[in-house]
Amino acid sequence: MSPAATGTITYREACRQAIRDALLADPQAFLMGEDVGRYGGCYAVTKGLLDEFGEDRIRDTPLSESAFVGAGIGAALAGLHPIVEIMTVNFSLLALDQIVNNAATIPHMSGGQFAVPLVIRIATGGGRRVAAQHSHSLEGWYAHIPGLRVLAPAVVEDARYMLAAALADPNPVLIFEHVMLYNMEGALDPSVNAVDIARAKIRRAGSNVSLIAYGNGLIKALAAAELLSAEGIAAEVVDLRVLRPLDTATILASVAKTRRVVIVDEGWKSGSLSAEIGVRIAEEGFFDLDAPLRRVCGREVPMPYAAHLEDAALPQPADIAAAARGLVRPGRT
Amino acid sequence: MADFRMPALGADMEAGTLVEWLVKPGDRVKRGDVIAVVETQKGAIEVEVFDEGVVSDIVVPVKTKVPVGTVLARIGGEAAAPAKAAMPPTPVPVAPPRPPAAPPPPAPARLGAKVTPAARRRATELGIDLATLAGTGIDGSVTLADVEAAAIARPPAKAAPLPAEKPRRLGFDPAEMRKAIAAAMARSKREIPHYYLSDTIDLGAALAWLESHNAAQPVPQRMLPAALLLKASALALREMPQLNGTYVDGAFHPGGGIHAGWAISLRGGGLVAPAIRDADQRPLPELMAAMRDLVQRARSGRLRSSELESPTVTVTSLGDRGADAIAAIIYPPQVAIIGFGSIRVRPWVVEGRIEPRSLVTASLAADHRVSDGHLGALLLNAIGRLLQEPAKL
Repeated sequence: MSPAATGTITYREACRQAIRDALLADPQAFLMGEDVGRYGGCYAVTKGLLDEFGEDRIRDTPLSESAFVGAGIGAALAGLHPIVEIMTVNFSLLALDQIVNNAATIPHMSGGQFAVPLVIRIATGGGRRVAAQHSHSLEGWYAHIPGLRVLAPAVVEDARYMLAAALADPNPVLIFEHVMLYNMEGALDPSVNAVDIARAKIRRAGSNVSLIAYGNGLIKALAAAELLSAEGIAAEVVDLRVLRPLDTATILASVAKTRRVVIVDEGWKSGSLSAEIGVRIAEEGFFDLDAPLRRVCGREVPMPYAAHLEDAALPQPADIAAAARGLVRPGRT
Repeated sequence: MADFRMPALGADMEAGTLVEWLVKPGDRVKRGDVIAVVETQKGAIEVEVFDEGVVSDIVVPVKTKVPVGTVLARIGGEAAAPAKAAMPPTPVPVAPPRPPAAPPPPAPARLGAKVTPAARRRATELGIDLATLAGTGIDGSVTLADVEAAAIARPPAKAAPLPAEKPRRLGFDPAEMRKAIAAAMARSKREIPHYYLSDTIDLGAALAWLESHNAAQPVPQRMLPAALLLKASALALREMPQLNGTYVDGAFHPGGGIHAGWAISLRGGGLVAPAIRDADQRPLPELMAAMRDLVQRARSGRLRSSELESPTVTVTSLGDRGADAIAAIIYPPQVAIIGFGSIRVRPWVVEGRIEPRSLVTASLAADHRVSDGHLGALLLNAIGRLLQEPAKL
């Protein structure tokens, strides 16, 4: 594809440009992960980078998440700026010990003597018919851990610019890239060359109901808002962007405006990020609510392989629109 | 056994303050007796009773503000039988008043009723009693929109005793009346699709007749042109009954008689339109006397409940110091208002010649849900025709 010709780029290309920029700008930065070099990345994000930067900076690793994430932590402690790619969030569980017990805790336990300026990119989410060991959304677990910053770029602008901000952070940062977004195209505003990694963002303004979402859920929430708009319901769509620390202020401001909330989370309901957001609204925005909270989440099953079952297990725009409609116009279906 | 309740003295009234009892337990009352005085936004109103019997129980003490529909007293039969729980004629969605005590907690809700947090907070701010609201939200919950609709429909008031430190003169409070007018007129403009018509009427014959009539009368008995305008309007409405009545719950209800609300402006601002009952059937001198009586009592704040409850149409005349014409606002739930501008001598074409004539512009604002402009025009034409034969009025 030719970015210049169309004026838009894919999310995949935005990720690739972000990595390339980081490697060009910072000689301490390097990328490692499974199949990132010769194969060009499981999702083809890193295609061509090995030729440009060589084996020292684009490193293929053995199939051992614990080992190469641990190596990344060590490199960060030694002063390098590693970008570690984990093929899917399900595989990241093999590195959970390294991420939770080391990356997140060393800065704290060393009294601030050691920084861990590590960035881990992790593919997440369902929809690609790759079944229950490759399709889950476990980013909410990482959002539970103090010491980590957890990002979820859902638009090409964030895919393009969040990495630089993450590398500049002296603490470990996890970036979750939803697998269904890589082929999505979007325009980059030429006047923007950086983004924050602290705030949620209103992607669509509305007054009747707030749809709070992130990642691919944001895209579905925007589609739901479009459906609702045709019915005269103005949905506001909040892109969380940052899953830890949560930007509660932006969420509460939207709730104060619309007084009705649907939280969209591809993760399972129980003990989830959607639960955390709901409780924060109940704690701090209770008196603004004019309707019960609603959630549209992934069904509480291991992700099915069959296409129709996988689609049914994931939040879809029609589900989100139905939840919102039920809040704005109770009694009608 | 009958309940004597706080009356709704106009569609815009939500609550009233019982300021005086004119009877005590054991007193015998008959239909039409004035037995209590109630202070409203329109001033102090003498409230009549519509039952015969003996007052068995005074339920609400004086200086207490209660919602419309609250039982004020019970009227028993001959033996003043003990109070029995009689079925009220209409459901009354308010709690009975309690003796003055500490202020109740704001915005109490029915036990078990669902109220959203936002609605509860807003009701507290507005002083709306949640127990009076029907919920439209999820599981029948009362929502913010329900509270705000109630606030628009009715000026906020609480079933609470008047604070003693806020002395208020008996009679009308201009600020309260302004609120009542604001609520009624805003509701009218929001709900009623008005159409407007006007017609210029030659009053030469009517004024000439009036002059000769008045010449033979002592000054207190003399009539004003307004009496002729009112009588002609009432007679014309008899021909066009679709313009006389009320529009309630999506349907027109014809008035049981032509009870013309006569708009009276009050010194210090404000406006009331108490009814002159059966205005079409009263001889002109009686009509004039009724108008004088109403004006005097309206301005001293002693109108009766039946006069405020019953108008089926409103007639307003701007008088000598008014303007050429009025585009009036219907007083809900009525369906028409007839207005007269000032009577002025103006050039008029009579049989091809321009002559100075005393003219008045009659106007009609009517509810398009009930009638159409053609009918309205017929009404104005009829008023003009009737005024050409004043001796027959």
